[in-house]
Amino acid sequence: MSELSKLTIAAARDAMRKGDLTSAELTGACLAEADASGALNAFVHHTPDLAMEQAKAADARAGADAPSLNGIPLGIKDLFCTKGVPSQAASRILEGFKPEYESTVTTQLFDAGAVMLGKLNMDEFAMGSSNETSVYGNAVNPWKIDADLTPGGSSGGSAAAVAADLCLAATGTDTGGSIRQPAAFTGITGIKPTYGRVSRWGIVAFASSLDQAGPMTKDVRDSAIMLQAMCGHDPKDSTSADISVPDFEAALTGDIKGKTIGIPKEYRMDGMPEEIEKLWSDGTAMLKDAGAKIVDITLPHTKYALPAYYVIAPAEASSNLARYDGVRFGHRAKLEQGDGITEMYEKTRAEGFGAEVQRRVMVGTYVLSAGFYDAYYNRARKVRALIKRDFETVFADGVDAILTPATPSAAFELGANFDPIQMYLNDVFTVTVNLAGLPGIAIPAGLDAKGLPLGLQLIGKPWEEAELLNVAYSLERAAGFVAKPAKWW
Amino acid sequence: MSIDTETARRVAKLARIKVEDDALPALAQEFGAILGFIEQLNEVDVDGVEPMTSVTPQRLKRREDVVTDGDQQAAVLKNAPDAREGFFAVPKVVE
Repeated sequence: MSELSKLTIAAARDAMRKGDLTSAELTGACLAEADASGALNAFVHHTPDLAMEQAKAADARAGADAPSLNGIPLGIKDLFCTKGVPSQAASRILEGFKPEYESTVTTQLFDAGAVMLGKLNMDEFAMGSSNETSVYGNAVNPWKIDADLTPGGSSGGSAAAVAADLCLAATGTDTGGSIRQPAAFTGITGIKPTYGRVSRWGIVAFASSLDQAGPMTKDVRDSAIMLQAMCGHDPKDSTSADISVPDFEAALTGDIKGKTIGIPKEYRMDGMPEEIEKLWSDGTAMLKDAGAKIVDITLPHTKYALPAYYVIAPAEASSNLARYDGVRFGHRAKLEQGDGITEMYEKTRAEGFGAEVQRRVMVGTYVLSAGFYDAYYNRARKVRALIKRDFETVFADGVDAILTPATPSAAFELGANFDPIQMYLNDVFTVTVNLAGLPGIAIPAGLDAKGLPLGLQLIGKPWEEAELLNVAYSLERAAGFVAKPAKWW
Repeated sequence: MSIDTETARRVAKLARIKVEDDALPALAQEFGAILGFIEQLNEVDVDGVEPMTSVTPQRLKRREDVVTDGDQQAAVLKNAPDAREGFFAVPKVVE
């Protein structure tokens, strides 16, 4: 049974099309794995009845012309609103919330035939890099040395579930690196598409100008298949782009001859572990061997990406999270005699939000407050424009994609107790991509000396996910990463 | 950048998050550290740069100004902590 959950989307799809496998068998196998995975704390709400119902419906429509994800069991990040199923963004303030509607992404996945196994752990409101800010407690990385390791964040439950073969793939969201950092920490693939590619409607908002959803999968082909189903224009998201979506899987030829790959010097940081440095130069050599032209590039404002992000993201979060007021949905604090509406707001939000969320809401409130708006918020938006211009310049010079490390380290121990700024540094290689609205993909490329996975990131041109996936596919084939965590859970 | 406890208190109030008095000094210190990190932005020459308003250049789409949805009172109230007679109920607002 358990072997079935290890399948890729492509392999399961092909087996089901041939009639060698049913979704009911596959879904049953995944549900059993998910049930027995309590130690990973990846699934936080199980939906076995819905899953088996969807699997049976998929089997009824199976055949050569079944939709692209017909019968494929997925895990869904808790940030996505799923009708009648708890969707609480790993926050106490949304305890008991069961949406009366379905997010556009999950609607599209279900329309493509996908099966939902349940909801996956994450950092509260997607704010965190270790999954430790979750109201459910942290998810655990299936890769283990001595101590328990973080699966990364914020999409930590998604990463753990895919790496541990509890599901075939999962949804993630990425505001500063929340798909790519956990993918790198767990040895899986994850892509954040161009801003506007995937509808944000029905995804609990963190920082609206940065948030994008994307797939977290076992390989690049699966990312192409699943991303295809998630993309497309949605009138319900005003920033969703009304442009055609190419066939991503068909773009995977592996041929990157003549492509130009940029290596940005600003990503070579002081104190970067030698193993990451080596991984990066090995990856560069692999792309060169595959026929790509390698050029050194400069992205001069890279250093200012994290500080700009930590103005813009909290500012947008403070505005987005104003809706959690104890009136319309979720938690409301118990009130004392004589408490008015202001006490209701203040107590509800103090009880409902965890420490990191409170910190970011208050920092956001501060940088937007009278007298500081220009000094902080407007300055950060100007720096953001410069960061985007850096990328536009190198793309205009003929660069097709950019290769960088995905993270500054391998997965770290849970409970490491970093201060907030140390934790923020996890996103140093990924956050520029959100600020510039570009597509970025993390793929596993090697192991460190302790045997933990390390990832490389490729950054593409806006709307060129097909080309980006193809470069990633070429790199994936050259890297030949096949390591799996030993099962202990 | 140092933030005093009065500023921390004011920010907590603006954000409508109750922070007990004895937690304010630590909060002020955290703000100070984060704002210190953000101060790096002052090194950047931003003369003549427009603040970014949209990361992908696009004009917001328009649609007909017509009703597209509605009549969902029960669904809207379904998740309310306190809903009565078709309304959200809150503590008394006007004295």
